[in-house]
Amino acid sequence: MCVVLVMVVCANIGDLMLKLGMVQIGAVHISVSGVWRALLSTIHNGTIWLGILFLIGFTLTYMTAVSWADYSYVMPVGAFGYAIQTMLAVVVLREAVTAQRWVGVVLIVTGVLLVGQTHPSTTSTKPVMS
Amino acid sequence: MIKVALMLVFFICCSTGGEIAMTHGMKQVGEPGSFRPLTMLRFIGTAMRNEWIWVALPLLGASFYSLLILLSWAPLSVVIPASAFNYVVGTFGAKYLLRERVSVKRWMGVVMVCVGVALVLLTSTN
Repeated sequence: MCVVLVMVVCANIGDLMLKLGMVQIGAVHISVSGVWRALLSTIHNGTIWLGILFLIGFTLTYMTAVSWADYSYVMPVGAFGYAIQTMLAVVVLREAVTAQRWVGVVLIVTGVLLVGQTHPSTTSTKPVMS
Repeated sequence: MIKVALMLVFFICCSTGGEIAMTHGMKQVGEPGSFRPLTMLRFIGTAMRNEWIWVALPLLGASFYSLLILLSWAPLSVVIPASAFNYVVGTFGAKYLLRERVSVKRWMGVVMVCVGVALVLLTSTN
């Protein structure tokens, strides 16, 4: 339970930090120089690195969680992350979220929960593409 | 909205392509056997010699950078929920590239995610 909680916190704070970092950098202009300048800015931005650290924390705790608990226990937490993230955007970033967007988020969470309710392995481990 | 939707498609293609290539590569590499440091080092070495891993890594890098570009253009409450479209492309990739069986329930989920992402994207200009 504690690992899952840390996993949720890391995922949400990580994405939030990436957004805050990109707000500091500004909108990326799509051109060779624009993309290159933005790439350099992201490399030198501490908030982006903090976000990456949190996302590494999320990956590690996620791997730990699925090694201890059933995927069907861990997966819904990831699905509800879309709703938590939207909530955080409203509270922390003061984003205006319309009723239509909330309906979309609810559909996404429900859809992801359904997609996740699949048997973890439907094929043999032998590769089929080569 | 069009700019955000196009970048979202690029992001999804890179991340799903990267994940499928990584899955395929790791299936060729096999399981590490144990989590002892030396075994893990040998496992990473074997993985690094697999050509599919080298297809996956640049794609996953491009997907992360396109996510940052998306975050610079659109609100967090649009980008993160819309990124769930990954599940849609991933399901098609799993069915047609990895030959996995996809249940009716999962297809229903895919349709719900599609409608949800469309609703969220339509509000991205508000």
